[in-house]
Amino acid sequence: MTGAAPAEPLLAVERLSVDFTTRQGVVRAVRDVSLSLRAGECLAVVGESGSGKSVTARALLGLAGRTADVRAEILSFEGRDLRRLSPGQWRKLRGRRAGYVLQDALTSLDPLRRVGDEVAEPLEVHGLASRDTLDEQVIELLAEAGVPDADVRYLQYPHELSGGLRQRALIASAIAARPSLLVADEPTTALDVTVQAQVLDLLKGMKDAGTAVLLISHDLAVVARLADHIAILYGGMVVERGPAAALLAAPAHPYAVDLLAAVPSLDGPVTEPPALRSAPPAETGCPYAPRCSLADDRCAAELPTPVPYGPDRMVRCWRPVTDETGRRPRPAPPAQPAPARGRAVVTVRGVTKRFRSPDASWRTAVDDVSFDLMAGEALGLVGESGSGKSTTARIVLAEFEPDAGSVLLDGQAWSGLRERDRRARRSRVQLIDQDPLSSFDPRFTVERVIAEALPGRSRGDAARRGGRDRVVELLGEVGLDAGLLGRRPGQLSGGQRQRVAIARALAPNPEVIVCDEPVSALDVTVQAQILALLARLRREVGVSLLFISHDLGVVRQVCDRVAVMKDGAVVEIGEIDTVFRSPRAAYTRALLAAVPRIDAGPAAGKLASAMDLKGPT
Amino acid sequence: MTVPQTAATATPYDDGVRAAAARSRTSRRRVPRPVPLLAAAFFVLVFVAAAFPGLFASLFAGLFNQGPNVVDPAAALRGPSQGHPFGTDQLGRDVFARVVYGARPSLLVGLGSTLLAGAAGSVWGLLAALGGRVAGEAAMRVADVFLAFPSILMALLVVAVLGPGTGHAVVAITISLAPGFARIVRVQALVVRGSPYVRAATNLGLPPWRILCRHIVPNVLAPLLILATLNVGTAIIAGASLSFLGLGPQPPDPEWGSMLAQARDYLDASWTLAVFPGAAITLTVMSVSVIGRELQARYEGRESR
Repeated sequence: MTGAAPAEPLLAVERLSVDFTTRQGVVRAVRDVSLSLRAGECLAVVGESGSGKSVTARALLGLAGRTADVRAEILSFEGRDLRRLSPGQWRKLRGRRAGYVLQDALTSLDPLRRVGDEVAEPLEVHGLASRDTLDEQVIELLAEAGVPDADVRYLQYPHELSGGLRQRALIASAIAARPSLLVADEPTTALDVTVQAQVLDLLKGMKDAGTAVLLISHDLAVVARLADHIAILYGGMVVERGPAAALLAAPAHPYAVDLLAAVPSLDGPVTEPPALRSAPPAETGCPYAPRCSLADDRCAAELPTPVPYGPDRMVRCWRPVTDETGRRPRPAPPAQPAPARGRAVVTVRGVTKRFRSPDASWRTAVDDVSFDLMAGEALGLVGESGSGKSTTARIVLAEFEPDAGSVLLDGQAWSGLRERDRRARRSRVQLIDQDPLSSFDPRFTVERVIAEALPGRSRGDAARRGGRDRVVELLGEVGLDAGLLGRRPGQLSGGQRQRVAIARALAPNPEVIVCDEPVSALDVTVQAQILALLARLRREVGVSLLFISHDLGVVRQVCDRVAVMKDGAVVEIGEIDTVFRSPRAAYTRALLAAVPRIDAGPAAGKLASAMDLKGPT
Repeated sequence: MTVPQTAATATPYDDGVRAAAARSRTSRRRVPRPVPLLAAAFFVLVFVAAAFPGLFASLFAGLFNQGPNVVDPAAALRGPSQGHPFGTDQLGRDVFARVVYGARPSLLVGLGSTLLAGAAGSVWGLLAALGGRVAGEAAMRVADVFLAFPSILMALLVVAVLGPGTGHAVVAITISLAPGFARIVRVQALVVRGSPYVRAATNLGLPPWRILCRHIVPNVLAPLLILATLNVGTAIIAGASLSFLGLGPQPPDPEWGSMLAQARDYLDASWTLAVFPGAAITLTVMSVSVIGRELQARYEGRESR
């Protein structure tokens, strides 16, 4: 925060509502949202998918779309009333006074245009640069956004840049016209932790230089690093709002408490993820009431009014959480039975895999990797994208043959076999991947998806051969009821889909389940439920997990041991607490330092102290 | 999560917009829109005419009461009138009866050749996608050669070799359409084969033939069905073109294309002669494409989430 913050807010929103008229009636995406943002400050709007956070951002930029009905008592930016802008005036505002950074930098950048042209566009459109100095200005902007070798990069195409560089190029184009407001919608969601740290750094630098930043995110940890104020959205409404440090240290709304509790932490004890109820936001009364553990009849019937809660804070709740009613420390999970060390289920020895690059050179994806996966153990595999995690997983699944080295399953050869000889044992190693929906045949119902994975004869016609009972039993194990049997996967929510995928993986009674980023596409509360489910299944079924994730907090929640991968090689492997507390490899230290964390400390400003990282290489 | 819920209620807000769009497609499925309904009704009419021209004739007994090939030179080249709703041709044959009886060869060529081309193209494309590198390359290069010829030229070539006639026209059009189907089936099969659900099935240890039958073939053919419907129109036009050139059904049997060809010589005397077979072709092809597009929209509606 700079001292020069004017008293008048740069952006003021009072009672913003956005309705979408559909054939099914009116969808109230945003209800009664009030926000304000001053220059040099960062306001974070946090919520799960469907909470209305992106619609809010788009409405503020006049991008809500033709089907949207945007209403507000006050909607002003730089002293102008946004409600009266014509489309032409909106266009002048966007890019010139307000920059917009989207999540997916690859699809937001035109693949047929050079990065430099993309950045130059706002300068040209708004007449801010002359032809002679344009290139210079663009290079300067890219350099400012932290793009190294900007004079080379500005001639390249988006596909030639890495994800982090693309995101920076996008930010460079958003800030080209020196807007006073930058709206960043999930700017780091698709990025590796180390790159994420760099992008957050960049945003922080701009904030310090006086730009107001409206940060939209589902990730409280990311927000903690940057935000001065936080507004938590649920069901299209702000349920709690206040200064970041105070809110994170002592959330008042039950949803804020649950949300914070669901964030897997890197420090502190591993706790049992909260058992959260799952239900859509309620139409009447408090939207969170169906999921709230404190809700009473009044919450279900009557919409709470926003009430002040401490200095500069607001909470929309009839029964705000106090230390007595809510923030009890969560119980530690039941102790994991010490895995019976000694019997290795999967043995990976000196495995190397190379792929041919488009330019005909060979790239080593996995380089001399060795590890054992013990019976009943959960082994984490962490590293950035491109570090060889997924290739290793596919070798363990015998989808790829290693070029060198070998994989044993239960002490017997697993790699190097003829497919015909391996097929009978394939069901012993199962996979849960990031996108369960695409792993289901789109024509299949939930019942057929799971029935197909059942061992032996009951495959296929589950109903006829009594396999349905087993399918229902499996659904029960993953917390779904038999009512879903006839559904198609496309009709399920993200969490339900992942549960079906887990049920299918369990169906053939496997010894090993490879989990490839199983929760990275899920909201944090759903993520906590799925992690709890995996932990419980491991206890009860005794299956071994090879758990791949870029999220170190998630890995810590689930795994006994962890292997850190970089450039195809395992740089460190060991007990998870040992590795995370006293990492030996420099790369592990860099990775850990880059993880955003929520310190419940008093000063939000200090949260950025771990940000001295300038990239791992 | 134990509460059963639909996707729509699970994400009622900004995802809800998409969900609502999906729902609106669902609701459209229940209440068909008027134009596709009209097209379907017309196509059924044509189909009945093709299958049971006699029934059609007796239904409209008041309008015409002579067969398609009954010659009455005294009544040649009349305009539409009582007894001859579409008029008569140069030999005094009833045009309405000829249009009704002409539906059969037209549809036979359209549906038959599409069906045959679809079947042949599917096998061809599946072999190309799944039959190994050499077989695949060979199959696609052959398809390239076939596709290098304009399809009507290809059909003409085949008829030139086999000789004219309805059956030969079907064969000719089949050969000209099959490589196109093969190409699409191959691409679709490659996509499905690389899909995560086939990967999942492989990891379950299912044998390849089972994956082929249960996952690959059905997921390749479902979108193909719609494409085939759209192709029926093309095939009908191709068939009519062949018979316009005198290479389809031989006189005196009525066929829309050959009727058009004959009418061309008498346009001065009776312009209505060309209007009715022409309208029959146009409306049939149009209704087939409207039906095809509607099916496509519905299929994609089911696919999108």
